[in-house]
Amino acid sequence: MSVKQIKVNAIKNGTVIDHITAGRVLKVIDILNINDNNSVMIGMNLNSRKIGKKDIVKIENRELSEQEANSIALISPNVTLIIIKDFEVTKKVELQMPDSIEKLIVCPNSKCITNSDEVTSKFKIDSISKTVRCHYCEKKYSLEELKIKI
Amino acid sequence: MKNLISMRDLSKQEILHLMEVAAKIEAGDIVPEMKRKVAALLFFEPSTRTMFSFDTAMKRMNGQTIIMSGTQNTSAKKGESFADTLQTIAQYSDIIIMRSPVEGSARLASEIVDVPVVNAGDGANQHPTQALLDLYSIIKTQGKLENLKIGLAGDLRFGRTVHSLAQAIAKFGAEFKFISPKFLQMPQYIKDDLSEQNIKFQEFVEMDGNIDDLDILYVTRIQKERFADPEDYEKVKGSYILEKSMLSNVKDNLKVLHPLPRVDEISTDVDDTEYAYYFPQAKNGVYTREAIIHILLGGE
Repeated sequence: MSVKQIKVNAIKNGTVIDHITAGRVLKVIDILNINDNNSVMIGMNLNSRKIGKKDIVKIENRELSEQEANSIALISPNVTLIIIKDFEVTKKVELQMPDSIEKLIVCPNSKCITNSDEVTSKFKIDSISKTVRCHYCEKKYSLEELKIKI
Repeated sequence: MKNLISMRDLSKQEILHLMEVAAKIEAGDIVPEMKRKVAALLFFEPSTRTMFSFDTAMKRMNGQTIIMSGTQNTSAKKGESFADTLQTIAQYSDIIIMRSPVEGSARLASEIVDVPVVNAGDGANQHPTQALLDLYSIIKTQGKLENLKIGLAGDLRFGRTVHSLAQAIAKFGAEFKFISPKFLQMPQYIKDDLSEQNIKFQEFVEMDGNIDDLDILYVTRIQKERFADPEDYEKVKGSYILEKSMLSNVKDNLKVLHPLPRVDEISTDVDDTEYAYYFPQAKNGVYTREAIIHILLGGE
């Protein structure tokens, strides 16, 4: 058993989200809206050959789809989604930024209708320029400017 | 076209079709009939020109209007939600034309109601009917929309008119000169949009000497209130006032446009020159708005 596996226990069935930018794991858990029935293990500031320091989260008995998890790419690039079945890795993919995102982001424009009415925020994402555009007020923002709704 | 919310939604073909319909309405080749049709004009923010222009357009087509101006004496004041206000007004009308200081409100309205929605201005975001009447004025005076050299002068930061117009005319490959005080420059997101479409633009802080090669000079008002120090306004305002003397070397086909109201940014001695086009431009607004309502209510 490697040192890494001792730090964060292996799971029998479920999802591992690996290579999360160090310090962002709690945000990732917020984004995934993990309910109380799932056991969740987190590791923070672990050494990573790929990205230096990383966070990791393991969710037992829940298989996340790529679609569900892709929004994580907004706050942490190069994240890997791993599906575990009976201790075996059955799927391993690098998450891609989605084309659009709903609810998750607060529009930074204080004059936008999404900040004054009960409206679900909607953004189109341009993964090349790493910018988003609000569906309502049409303002464009870089990913760094965004606030995640919690 | 089901609604008219943003110039970003319109294709080049849709814009050209709209221009054609406006021209036919002006020439009397199309006479839209709106008997028993009602347009709700919801102006959550004061407006005279845009509201009158829509009102006139509807009445010229034998239609009726119901008008709400401001939020005083409305159920919004009693705490009714935006969605409920819209749903109710939609029961009385065939089309909703709305202006609001809240950005994105027209888009939201179009998702709430089944009748067509026209954005008559949403905060600093879009004012597509103004952009379309500006395009109609440009095509009427220049005979084309393609590859024109266009100067936009004044408050380019807060003026939604210039934002919508820049995005609209960019679809036709224009070259821009942006003339404004440094802190009222065209916002970065609009400049990014233009760069993505390989549209050339230059920025200047003086009007004089930078207008001689233009086909269109679009002047907007710089509001004194935008300046933290009134003295700063006094220092720069002269650089953005168009005087008759500045027109001595301009191109013969130059037309000066302005969304109105004008305060002092175009000297009145320009009015009698062949270049002044701001009052006919306002008239073009009626034909363009007739065309918009006609198309949205199922006309050709």
